[in-house]
Amino acid sequence: MSGYDWPDPGAYRAAATDTIRNHPDTREAVGSATRAFDAKRREAYAGIEAEAWRDWARDVKTHALSRLDEYLVQAEEALIRNGATVHWADAGDEALAVLDSLVHRHGIRTAVKGKSMLSEELAVNRHLEGLGVRPVETDLGEYIIQLLGEPPSHIVGPAIHKSLDDCRRLFHDRLGTPMDADPGRLARAARGALRQEFLGADLGISGGNFLAADTGTLALIENEGNIRLSTSVPPVHVAFVGIEKVVPRFADLAGFLQLTARAATGQPIGNFVSLLQGPRRDDEEDGPDEVHVVLVDNGRTRLFDDDEAWEALRCVRCGACLNTCPVYRQTGGHAYGWTYSGPIGAILAPGLLGLEEGMPLPHASSLCGACADVCPVRIPIPELLLHWRRKGVEAGLVPRAERLGSSLYAAAAKRPGVFGLAGEGLRRTPWAPIASSLPVINGWTQERTAPRPSPKSFRTLWKEGIE
Amino acid sequence: MRVSLFATCLADQFFADACADAVRLLRHLGVEVEFPEAQTCCGQPAHNSGHARDARIMAEHTLSVFDEADHVVAPSGSCAAMIRSSYPKLLGTPEARRLAERTWELSHFLVHVLGVESLGSGLAGTRVAYHHGCHALRELRVEREPVDLLRNGGAEVVPWEADRECCGFGGLFSAKMPEVSAGMADRKLETLPDVDVVTSADGGCLLQMRGRAEGQREERSFVHVARLLWQATRTPDAGDPLRDVT
Repeated sequence: MSGYDWPDPGAYRAAATDTIRNHPDTREAVGSATRAFDAKRREAYAGIEAEAWRDWARDVKTHALSRLDEYLVQAEEALIRNGATVHWADAGDEALAVLDSLVHRHGIRTAVKGKSMLSEELAVNRHLEGLGVRPVETDLGEYIIQLLGEPPSHIVGPAIHKSLDDCRRLFHDRLGTPMDADPGRLARAARGALRQEFLGADLGISGGNFLAADTGTLALIENEGNIRLSTSVPPVHVAFVGIEKVVPRFADLAGFLQLTARAATGQPIGNFVSLLQGPRRDDEEDGPDEVHVVLVDNGRTRLFDDDEAWEALRCVRCGACLNTCPVYRQTGGHAYGWTYSGPIGAILAPGLLGLEEGMPLPHASSLCGACADVCPVRIPIPELLLHWRRKGVEAGLVPRAERLGSSLYAAAAKRPGVFGLAGEGLRRTPWAPIASSLPVINGWTQERTAPRPSPKSFRTLWKEGIE
Repeated sequence: MRVSLFATCLADQFFADACADAVRLLRHLGVEVEFPEAQTCCGQPAHNSGHARDARIMAEHTLSVFDEADHVVAPSGSCAAMIRSSYPKLLGTPEARRLAERTWELSHFLVHVLGVESLGSGLAGTRVAYHHGCHALRELRVEREPVDLLRNGGAEVVPWEADRECCGFGGLFSAKMPEVSAGMADRKLETLPDVDVVTSADGGCLLQMRGRAEGQREERSFVHVARLLWQATRTPDAGDPLRDVT
């Protein structure tokens, strides 16, 4: 049901090409949805002093990361005071092991899930299925792609690559709605099916947008209410939280909840904000009997140790960089081959997956810089893309021909005479018959007509005299 | 006022007439123009591909070529941005910072150093679409300058939904990820309004869009903004350079 296989980031170009060539409807759906998100984000930023908010958010996150060890322990102590159980997971399988003991102890058979990218990163659904537990995604977008057996293609809008007609067909087949059902009717059908799942579930799973260290408050942002239900109806709630999600103070949430919503969807704040303070207390009617917070590293401290790339850990997973990215818009997220796509995925991949495995993704960018202009925590994404490209060159992960070509070019460039002669030589070369067999150049000519040089170079015009 | 023209390796070969028009324009405005012939490439292709050592070699060379210049003006937002934003980080020297402060994209220089508002009305009746190259727009924050100069020169700058979106050139990106790059150019062309000419401060972007547009149903004309700005100083009937992409 959710046992999809990611290709891998190394297949980026092939996967992107397949999408562009064979699935023009994906480009259409992703393009129009992201442009709409981006326009709303712009409007929402205009409604606040966005530049000052972004400075503040960057500084608070940077501060929290600089004292991560202290704030995490403080958060743990507060969570325990609140009655939650805290688990520390270094690697992904340690995080998943938390589920093993709970499933056995409580005889869990069905789990409802609120949207969580970390649970995707950990492949929680596949693990649950291995334990004989049926995971049910309850976010509408996640529900749609779970029915289709696909991974999410966007951090915030997992089914962004699907058209309304795709959803109509799916719901017609699976839930019996008419083929011309309007979006409202489709949503009601999903709600009807999901309501039963909430009531019958033994386990609720969520991620966490922020974890306030001083009070141990877990903050969750959503629009549909499914996270509220997933975290309050089942008797056991497990929250997977990346260690970088900690913020120093409860008061910081006021800024982050608003800024994240504005960046993500252009809303002043999410329709539902849950501030969770542990399990149901004796005088409360609702809430789980047990709350487990799993603090997950899974490569994050390794990324933190990188002198430059650590800044990516400020990410609040709003998806604004995806929405504004002209590269992401061509394909949606699947082509990136792992959980996180778009600009943020491209700078997280080499850090979290390892340099070699993540390497193609930092090249999936024209360095246009649109992402840096929208990031609510001011991650210098283009600079970090360059950082990983440099690391790739240092590690010998680029083709020999490229390395050789680059050094030859540099060697010529510091010898103006040679450079000028080479320029004249290249101008006179009849490229058309040989272009398709030359690396780099064939990449250009495959998609475009060859550029025609000016009749004379400027150098020559200058020597002849400019009237 | 003395200016050193940085033709840039790309415009030297592919937009020679635009470089020549930049010289004519600057001279017309009373500026003395030099062309240090030892100039080659700013190093951006190597820098953007992660070849830091090669980029540094080219940056140091460019720095030595322009070390004495009062101002360096380039008919390219991208190459000017390489010097302005990346050289100080790449080289980390006071000389690099000094060169950064004195380097300008052409329209940026005209407006902010020369204080030019209008060049003439030689573009009257010309419908233009202006493509904002990413590095001019987001690194140099050059946005209104070229558009105002075109408009004040009589051109009608037609609104273009995607005028601030990347065309997909991105230097070697266009050859490393050609399919995605082409998709990005197609988005530009799909939204392009009905105009006489598409222009930009960056030749790379023009080559990319033109390379993708050729062979499509509608013929489009792609002209470097330096040619149009020179044209703005002329009388409207002084030839028709708009059909010539070089």
